[in-house]
Amino acid sequence: MANEVFDRVKKIIVDRLSVDEDKITLDATFKDDLGADSLDIVELIMELEDEFDLEISDEDAEKISTVGDVVTYISEHQG
Amino acid sequence: MVRRVVVTGLGAVTPVGNDVPTFWQSLVAGKSGIREIDRFDTSEYPCKIAGLVTDFDPERYVDKKELRHMDMFTQYALYAAHEAVKHSGLVITDENRNRIGVYIGSGIGGIGTTLSNYRILLERGPKRVSPFLVPMMIGDMATGQVSIEFGVGGPNSSTVSACATGSNAIGDAFKIIERGAADAMIAGGAEAAVVDIALAGFSNMKALSTRNDDPTGASRPFEKDRDGFVMGEGAGILILESLEHAQARGAKILAEIVGYGMSGDAYHVTAPAPGGDGAIRAMQAALDDAGLQTTDIDYINAHGTSTEFNDRIETLAVKRLFGDHAYRLAMSSIKSMTGHLLGAAGGVEAVACVMTLLEGILPPTTNYHTPDPECDLDYVPNVARKQDVQVVMSNSFGFGGHNASLIFRKYTAE
Repeated sequence: MANEVFDRVKKIIVDRLSVDEDKITLDATFKDDLGADSLDIVELIMELEDEFDLEISDEDAEKISTVGDVVTYISEHQG
Repeated sequence: MVRRVVVTGLGAVTPVGNDVPTFWQSLVAGKSGIREIDRFDTSEYPCKIAGLVTDFDPERYVDKKELRHMDMFTQYALYAAHEAVKHSGLVITDENRNRIGVYIGSGIGGIGTTLSNYRILLERGPKRVSPFLVPMMIGDMATGQVSIEFGVGGPNSSTVSACATGSNAIGDAFKIIERGAADAMIAGGAEAAVVDIALAGFSNMKALSTRNDDPTGASRPFEKDRDGFVMGEGAGILILESLEHAQARGAKILAEIVGYGMSGDAYHVTAPAPGGDGAIRAMQAALDDAGLQTTDIDYINAHGTSTEFNDRIETLAVKRLFGDHAYRLAMSSIKSMTGHLLGAAGGVEAVACVMTLLEGILPPTTNYHTPDPECDLDYVPNVARKQDVQVVMSNSFGFGGHNASLIFRKYTAE
């Protein structure tokens, strides 16, 4: 399941942040490795909420730093 | 001694071309960029036509991810700024970047972005409104993004004066260089307001032409059968530089900007002051600023919107200020071909003025068939005219009673 989530997350990141797919690893940080600023991250979270039909609270969103954080969060919270 | 300011680069995104050579060739050929609006359903709108930018490819200059976070007015400005900087040959370095500024206005700003997010707000609630809404919609963002794109940290601001915006921005940028606060400015206007709510608003003011069955014939400034303006969109950008700065880097000097005047009608939100008093004060102030006489002006690039009021009052103002010389000078409106680019109009019309000086060709007022007895000047009807001109004026008037006039002169070293 985590693999499937990772693929869908990857697709959104490629589209939203215009980064090469091979740069998107589980260890990649949004800010430093993928060049996202704080607004990009807010927008990305909104996209992910739509894609996976869940709500990520502001407190949880603030803890997200890497692609892996997102994949773990979604895998744990997906209904 | 006051520093002289010259024009060294031009950029334009318009309904008749997205680069200056195409834009200019279209004007000289009398080609119209007005067509049926196909971006949304206009069946319930009295006006269904506009001057639309087509074949616009911003990815030529800007990354797709960045573009997604820019309203169209900013994209037009950024594209035109790239064209203008390239044209000028200005190289931005660590040494000069903070002596170069940006002054680009927009009459309306990111109304398309505002609307699309308002629809999201109504349909899906506040949590789905984009975090980029505000930095996309605010009218200063064309200036902001251009400064970021080129890394120029000099004077930076923007104007909002409706349809006088582009001319005010260029005039204000001119003065910033003149007083020594910058060596070069990227200046002009940008607009992207051909969206449903703006079309409805202008329609309900009865300001727009409803000649929907003849889009290219709809904008007919100074002509007897004119029935309103046609909305347009785009951006017009100039690179202004102090003469010393341009000479020091061996730039090609296209023209000199010598006069800027502005005034307020202090009369009505939309109607021009009777008698054109406000327009006269702006034109006179520009002449005073340039140290020129009325008889020095060879050509006026008119505001000429194709509304009943504007064209009559602008003609009257020119006749009252210029006296007999009004009948000797030529005055045309390129809005007959581009439509009215609102806050960008002064930008693209300044580009046209510089091209007029360079090429010795007056762009025509097209769709001119039946003269209006109250508009009896030489409007360069229908066909471009080869005529060497030394000094040209550009007029822009905006709702709110803003009047701005610029004067450009053929550059001579003297």
